[in-house]
Amino acid sequence: MMRNWKLHWHKIILKHKATTRIMKKYENTGSKDTRSGFGAGMTELGQKNENVVALCADLIGSLKFDDFKKNHPERFFQIGIAEANMIGIAAGLTIGGKIPFTGTFANFSTGRVYDQIRQSVAYSDKNVKICASHAGLTLGEDGATHQILEDIGLMKMLPGMTVINTCDYNQTKAATLALADHHGPTYLRFGRPVVPNFMPADEPFVIGKAILLNEGSDVTIIATGHLVWEALIAAEALEAKGISAEVINIHTIKPLDEEAILKSVGKTGCVVTAEEHNILGGLGESVARTLSLNNPTPQEFVAVQDSFGESGTPEQLMEKYKLNNQAIVEAVERVIKRK
Amino acid sequence: MKTNTQQLQDFSTQVRRDILRMVHAVNSGHPGGSLGCTEFLVTLYQELMDRKEGFDMNGIGEDLFFLSNGHISPVFYSVLARSGYFPVSELATFRKLNTRLQGHPTTHEGLPGVRVASGSLGQGLSVSIGAAQAKKLNNCNHLIYALLGDGELQEGQNWEAIMYASAKKVDNLIATIDLNGKQIDGTTDEVLNMGSVRAKFEAFGWDVLEITAGNDIEAIIAGMTDAKSRTGKGKPVCVLLHTEMGHGVDFMMHTHAWHGKAPNDAQLETALAQNYTETQSDY
Repeated sequence: MMRNWKLHWHKIILKHKATTRIMKKYENTGSKDTRSGFGAGMTELGQKNENVVALCADLIGSLKFDDFKKNHPERFFQIGIAEANMIGIAAGLTIGGKIPFTGTFANFSTGRVYDQIRQSVAYSDKNVKICASHAGLTLGEDGATHQILEDIGLMKMLPGMTVINTCDYNQTKAATLALADHHGPTYLRFGRPVVPNFMPADEPFVIGKAILLNEGSDVTIIATGHLVWEALIAAEALEAKGISAEVINIHTIKPLDEEAILKSVGKTGCVVTAEEHNILGGLGESVARTLSLNNPTPQEFVAVQDSFGESGTPEQLMEKYKLNNQAIVEAVERVIKRK
Repeated sequence: MKTNTQQLQDFSTQVRRDILRMVHAVNSGHPGGSLGCTEFLVTLYQELMDRKEGFDMNGIGEDLFFLSNGHISPVFYSVLARSGYFPVSELATFRKLNTRLQGHPTTHEGLPGVRVASGSLGQGLSVSIGAAQAKKLNNCNHLIYALLGDGELQEGQNWEAIMYASAKKVDNLIATIDLNGKQIDGTTDEVLNMGSVRAKFEAFGWDVLEITAGNDIEAIIAGMTDAKSRTGKGKPVCVLLHTEMGHGVDFMMHTHAWHGKAPNDAQLETALAQNYTETQSDY
């Protein structure tokens, strides 16, 4: 079955190569929330790896832990509303060979427990997987208290911490599975809203390896998380304007796939980064650092302009804070003029 | 190897000498709490804990110890070295550049005997609970020992952990509180009066016992043996260990002044003269 399906893809790719477009490979196969991808990954890990344990701070439903809890009650730890204790217990569980996955909202997974992560997890090199839902503005109506836009920066600054921000259901599930086979402290960031599910279910997830979604020659769009789909739409709009955009899905912000970035930018000569995060400390800054050291290149940032969020629907917020495909198109038009 | 009380006493004297010489050598570190917990840690490692030879991080099939108040690293390092985890000569590197004996304990440099970093206070009990839960999942009947400072109880994370441990019946855990009544800025009563620590732990559902002579080896053995007998009964066990900060050095006792201060040359000489044993062999 799978093999035939893959052949089917190849036919589509070949068909679109004729018009220099391969991005039709990435079509929405049915919108889902990324957190459900995490839940599905945990369900599968529960069956596959008896060392995997899950910890939650009173958000079982939000994190989609229901199946894991039901199937493996002895390996599920309801910590209560006590995130600092959760991080510490997770660190302790690694001593004895367990692979703990902690789950709560991104704000409570990072900022609230920074020192616990820093000392008990990162500095102690504990194999803890900090899994964070409801990241960014798309948490929506709850507002700025819950919409953390600084978490990528906080986590990437910790030595030895791997930082992953997935773009859809399939990629979040694949990343969750990959974490169990990866040793070391990791931050996995995903979200609340239902968004297009477009990555092939069998796309390999290699931590630290960027995925080239669309080949282009005029500009490189480097996107992470919910902005990846927006980048694909932007590339389509740009093509209609005669601009050939290369789109790279950076799911791993640290370690950053510098080789893939430099290779693409070497070809296109300008770059737009797109992320649901503060402009300070996010993917854009990591890319800028890479470019400034290796190949100084004009860059525009699609990101939150150093502000907090606010209440609203996810769509309204992404529009107001200019985190959508139109914003990416505008950024591309600006950066191309700077070449 | 089981030892008699005199041997443990001599061992403690040697550890006290190590602590004093280590902090003196780098003119920094925390002698007060280290000296106060010397008998406890010596007795724990030499008499009470069921330990395997060598060191592996997972520690399956043995009792494990976690130091939450990481600033008393001098006593921890000395006891670890003299219990065979690393060469005693390495104590001379304490707090020096490129050492495995960092100012506060860490796994980062791979020092055998240390399983988690501590120093930023209030985190060790949570880690200990996690390790205790891992022991249960691994069907390992050994115990987790934790040591916390009393001032450290002012950190809120402890109370999250204390609440959790009783609610979840983490009964393979013995958490000892070094109740010396002192912290950097003065007595714990002056800084932030915690009232009855015993009443608080009991209210949170722990089985609490006290060792009122926390610098007396026989009292420690009796109290901790009692504590061990209370494990496995559905409640976490708390030991309130009444110690004297700076114990064994007359001018360091009955004051908080030596919490984080090293002796000068003359003070070291005086302190070492008060801690002489015929069996000593300084690093």
